[in-house]
Amino acid sequence: MASSAAVPFWRAAGMTYITYSNICANLVRKCLREPFKAESMNREKVHFSLSKWADGKPEKPVLRSDAPEV
Amino acid sequence: MFRQASRLLSRSVAAGSSKSATARAFSTEVPSTIDSTFVESWKKVAPNMDPPQTPSSFMKPRPSTASSIPTKLTVNFVLPYASELSGKEVDMVIIPATTGQMGVLPGHVPTIAELKPGIMSVHEGTDVKKYFVSSGFAFLHANSVADIIAVEAVPLENIDPSQVQKGLSEFTQKLASAATDLEKAEAQIGVEVHSAMNAALTG
Repeated sequence: MASSAAVPFWRAAGMTYITYSNICANLVRKCLREPFKAESMNREKVHFSLSKWADGKPEKPVLRSDAPEV
Repeated sequence: MFRQASRLLSRSVAAGSSKSATARAFSTEVPSTIDSTFVESWKKVAPNMDPPQTPSSFMKPRPSTASSIPTKLTVNFVLPYASELSGKEVDMVIIPATTGQMGVLPGHVPTIAELKPGIMSVHEGTDVKKYFVSSGFAFLHANSVADIIAVEAVPLENIDPSQVQKGLSEFTQKLASAATDLEKAEAQIGVEVHSAMNAALTG
């Protein structure tokens, strides 16, 4: 018995379902007509600040802000 | 501390008897009777303490399966940012499952289906409403309730055909020139999604 289940190609390449699903959604959004495209890009904007911790102290935070093109 | 110890102690005593209870397959009703052998063994070991609650005692009972098949299917179609259909009674939905287009009628066998990019159509009498779904899941319950969740779902009129063609050729090219596994996978996804949109618009 090789593998117990046929894995989808994206999982075989090391991608998780969430990544796959988000890529699909982004591609669909890119193919919308205006004004729906502008609305959806506004909706899906992500803005977060990420700081890694070392030795119990936070290092300088990295601010990630999503432009419409992911 | 002591509380935990006695609970663990009595659990090992009752493990033999409660194992038969936990090995039960899914039941559509929450058992209203608590496992009496467990309660008895508990009382022997710790008579002054209440037996521990189990998760099922906190659960609301699942809606019971009607004995006759309902005439309508109740659809809840949700997106992360909006509830597209909420408790809508329809005759049939056709969902784009990874195993192919699946028609769901009232009384469908309980299923969990992963969705692939494709058209979902909701049939109500003679009205058919079509959406292009990017991906998601469909949960079909025994009581003819269908929960369909998608990340992105758009009515077909909102899709721009020229963008779809452009995307399709772009990704077909990327697939040919892809180097790493990950690039290949991404290009493959692009090709799949765009071909599905193409087929949706022309089909």
